[in-house]
Amino acid sequence: MSTRKYSRDHEWVLPEGESRVKVGITEHAAKALGDIVYVELPQEGDSVSAGDALAVVESVKAASDVFTPVSGTVVAVNDSLENTPEQINTEAMQSWIAVIEMSDAGELDALLDEEGYKAFCEQED
Amino acid sequence: MKTPLYEQHVSHNARIVDFAGWEMPIQYQGIISEHIATRRGAGLFDVSHMGEITINGPGAGAFINALVTNDISKAKAGRAVYSPLCMEDGGTVDDLLVYVLGDDNYLLVVNAANTKKDYDWVREHAPAGVMVENASRRYAQIAIQGPRALSVLAKLTKIDLDSIRYYRFVQDVTDIPGGPGLISRTGYTGEDGFEVYLPWDNAPVLWEALLEAGAPLGITPVGLGARDTLRLEAAMPLYGHELSAGITPLQAGLSRFVKFDKGDFIGRKALLAQSESGDYTRLIGLVLKDRGIPRAGYPVLSGETVIGEVTSGGQAPYLEEAIALALVPAGYTEPGKALSIGIRDRNVPAKVTALPFYKRG
Repeated sequence: MSTRKYSRDHEWVLPEGESRVKVGITEHAAKALGDIVYVELPQEGDSVSAGDALAVVESVKAASDVFTPVSGTVVAVNDSLENTPEQINTEAMQSWIAVIEMSDAGELDALLDEEGYKAFCEQED
Repeated sequence: MKTPLYEQHVSHNARIVDFAGWEMPIQYQGIISEHIATRRGAGLFDVSHMGEITINGPGAGAFINALVTNDISKAKAGRAVYSPLCMEDGGTVDDLLVYVLGDDNYLLVVNAANTKKDYDWVREHAPAGVMVENASRRYAQIAIQGPRALSVLAKLTKIDLDSIRYYRFVQDVTDIPGGPGLISRTGYTGEDGFEVYLPWDNAPVLWEALLEAGAPLGITPVGLGARDTLRLEAAMPLYGHELSAGITPLQAGLSRFVKFDKGDFIGRKALLAQSESGDYTRLIGLVLKDRGIPRAGYPVLSGETVIGEVTSGGQAPYLEEAIALALVPAGYTEPGKALSIGIRDRNVPAKVTALPFYKRG
């Protein structure tokens, strides 16, 4: 079963098969950012380490880095965000930014499950 | 600190942020929708955090005229005069409105973040007999802006609003809810509109009345987020960005508000020298020609050479373009000129454009 996991930087990762994950930002993050007007996407083939800036999401107010929760290689990017970045506001959990081929699937264990993430958000607010 | 409308903001689900020590609404529904609502209909703004300084007594007018760069000597009661306020070296203390209330009776409206500094500045320079008071907690201020602003406000007062010309005002309006009020045809959005000053505690009465009267016309509360994007499209300066202690009014493109021929004023000598030398960076408008969002502090380049810096930038909600104000040296200001803005690791092409970006039709 593919269970979504969450980072403390408000990204979600959704496992796809054995070694790949989709990465996006959470509804909580999208709401905090406000109207999103631009997403700077990574490039396919980019090699990333957990904690690296993967993309930049810009709202009217400010630019925010999206950090990759896992290490690996970017194997796909969601080009549709170039023309309709606002889909992150309306459907954060469907609006994946990139697919990452993980180099260490064990990194997923450090992430929060849905319940843990909810508790984390409440604590932060 | 809280304005008298804090509870109204909370009940409208505003997101509250700290602004110069004030707990202010940054947005209600969303910056883009609030921005568009102001351009197409009517936006309602709480700007009670703005500072008010009263100056009166014999010689008050001459005193103010020697402080500010614009010429208020010919302004009669009922006029609001926009002016920068400068230091001896030409750097800017603030930009403000001078309301001429009567003979030697003035009201200065200043930026919230600068209220204390401005008050101290004015008081330090005031001659004997001129009284200076920080009246910021006496005046609430509500702005109503947009093509339908007049129609909304006209429902609440019998005075002939349309006869109030731009940068004119009427004081002691008693029939306005929450009055007596001072109604001024001014604003910070690039739209037609009004700013109403009224007793601090009465602000909720007018706010609620405007929301009710404006409901059929689509009035929308607007937070500081859209106030900033609206003023950016209209290319109106924001202190701390286009004006500062290190940026003179001439650099900010405000030379029409600097009157060298009116007699002496603080900063005249330095500003005149700057004007005559012509050797200074100046404000330009840039429109991005490729994807990206320019932000304050980003470098502006000509070819590979950094020539200046963005002072304000962002995605313009109404124009649907990425725009920026920037300071660059003379020689790079011609509309159409190709420059670029350094956004992270990319140099994104941009074109110099005439200001303002947005002008109402």
